[in-house]
Amino acid sequence: MAGLHKSEFENPVINWVDSRLPIFTMLQKEYGVFPTPRNFNYFWNFGALAMINLVIMIATGIFLAMNYTAHKDMAFDSVERIMRDVNWGWLLRYVHANGASMFFIVVYIHMFRGLYYGSYKTPRELLWILGVIIMLLMMATAFMGYVLPWGQMSYWGATVITNLFSAFPLVGEHIVTWLWGGFSVDNPTLNRFFSLHYLLPFVLVGVVFLHIAALHITGSNNPLGIDVKGPQDTLPFHPYYTIKDSVGICVYFIVFALFVFFAPNYLGHADNYIPANPLVTPAHIVPEWYFLPFYAILRSVPDKLGGVLLMFASIGVLALLPWLDTSPVRSARFRPVYRILIIVLVVTCVVLGVCGGKPAEGIWVVLSRIATAYYFLHFLVILPVLGKFERTLPLPESISRAVLPTGGGPLPGGAAAKPMEKA
Amino acid sequence: MKLLRNIAAAALLALGTPAAALAAGEEIKFPPQIWSFSGPFGTFDRASAQRGFQVYSEVCSACHAVKQAYYRDLKGIGLSEKEVEAIAAAVMVPAIGDDGAPTERKGMPSDRFRSPYANEKAARAAFNGAYPPDLSVMIKARPGGADQLYALLVGYSDPPAGVTVGDGMYYNKYFAGHQIAMAPPLADGRVTYADGTRASVEQMSRDVTTFLAYIAEPEMETRKRLGVKVVLFLLFLTGLTYATKRKVWSDVH
Repeated sequence: MAGLHKSEFENPVINWVDSRLPIFTMLQKEYGVFPTPRNFNYFWNFGALAMINLVIMIATGIFLAMNYTAHKDMAFDSVERIMRDVNWGWLLRYVHANGASMFFIVVYIHMFRGLYYGSYKTPRELLWILGVIIMLLMMATAFMGYVLPWGQMSYWGATVITNLFSAFPLVGEHIVTWLWGGFSVDNPTLNRFFSLHYLLPFVLVGVVFLHIAALHITGSNNPLGIDVKGPQDTLPFHPYYTIKDSVGICVYFIVFALFVFFAPNYLGHADNYIPANPLVTPAHIVPEWYFLPFYAILRSVPDKLGGVLLMFASIGVLALLPWLDTSPVRSARFRPVYRILIIVLVVTCVVLGVCGGKPAEGIWVVLSRIATAYYFLHFLVILPVLGKFERTLPLPESISRAVLPTGGGPLPGGAAAKPMEKA
Repeated sequence: MKLLRNIAAAALLALGTPAAALAAGEEIKFPPQIWSFSGPFGTFDRASAQRGFQVYSEVCSACHAVKQAYYRDLKGIGLSEKEVEAIAAAVMVPAIGDDGAPTERKGMPSDRFRSPYANEKAARAAFNGAYPPDLSVMIKARPGGADQLYALLVGYSDPPAGVTVGDGMYYNKYFAGHQIAMAPPLADGRVTYADGTRASVEQMSRDVTTFLAYIAEPEMETRKRLGVKVVLFLLFLTGLTYATKRKVWSDVH
């Protein structure tokens, strides 16, 4: 049978399909026997959690869209109708709203994992950059989703954020009018945001597919940050990591459920239960918590254009990270200085987050300026220089040598550890 | 233009945004209350919510709508089908007659609560430009929630020495900027409770807050009950999954 895939599945139906479209073979290769470093810790759950979260968002979102009305006079009431009249509508909406926060919690931890264990370093640069693109898409999607209930924060958040583009010289005002579809945030804005909010998650699915495809070329990093040297360093993905991911998924669901059932509005803003009113500006226009660090960077610059550029740069700098970090060692476990600095960076981001939620006055401006300066200092100055001077600890010979009590048997020839492996 | 600005200013006050409080450079703290509906196992005190419905009907509903709520929702605070039908039937709701002309008909449990004003403009016209906000989700629309609403209702007093309030405004300790366009809505004995509860300002405030908390979240009891089951199930599932994980990994550790 020329041209058919040689399927090894015994079930005749599966074999018939697999011979013509080897999806079963592919799944078996990529998720069944896929060789995965044997030393993952629970930080390696978060990629799977993000995937699950995306599926939850799309599933609940499709059903919400069936009941939502994208019109400025009806959007707010249609959301309340979902809460009151649609069967389990309150559950759908609270899962979707808190799901956005859970998504960012998961993805931020996933990114921290990448930063701590040097997952962005060669050969995984493109994998990391795809991740940065995923984060940008998530932010755009979340922002537009928050506009849809058409409450006060929806309206004024949309006004503030779209107005950022007016900072660009010459074309700025035109861009803003074009984004709004008019001369203020209004019904056309709501309509296009709804359309894009429905579209972008599917773009997200596409980029996530590329992210995973790239991951399956390079293979996963691991807590030691050293390369897999042979079969003794790996385990088949199934059952070892399917079950380990399942443990993480259960814990994640518990946290998710606590928010949805017992504090569904804790992460939201009370003002968004006030219908949008173009005549009344809220005293504090604050974005959702996951945007606060970026909001603080934006406001730390007295110049509008400067603030906008710096905010975008704070994400752009992440895309350049594989080349800014000059250290050949991946994992922070073997980088005594970086190990401290990465915690300092996390603290910096938290400080930025707190500042972003406070009024832009007094001590908060000073703090956010210091934190912003340090954020860029970390990436643009400290990391390039640190790689040249840091005295890293000796790397283990192999994953199996490091984690198995028996030492994992002999290494394959020629793979003996080098003290400063360009891993 | 001046009218627009006046309306905006009045709306700002009426909506109770903390702008004025910030301008005054202070943060208002609302004394925390104990509510039957707070906590993971909280339920609405039916008797209190029913008394609260009476307060809403006899006092608040003169100005404030709860347009998201239906009369049938009242079954959730312990009223019977018959009682709900009677309450709804006592209200005339706008309708379009067979001749196409606007008319009115008797309310039904499936009708939404009738709003006191036909639209926002009518309400503003009646209140000097201020708009008595819809109370459907008021508890969720204020950072202080039920505590804030209760505090506002009991927070009226004469202005302290040296403080003057504007024309047609009232002093309230718990309102942003301390000047509110709403006249003190409650006074001792303002309603007569059928169950004999003494109608003090505090009691009526507590009851109407409980009622409005129910109206804001009619799904709350279902939500929390389901949540307890879901979390217990997930804890059990986590235990099983972790045990399975240990078993699967036992040959590689």
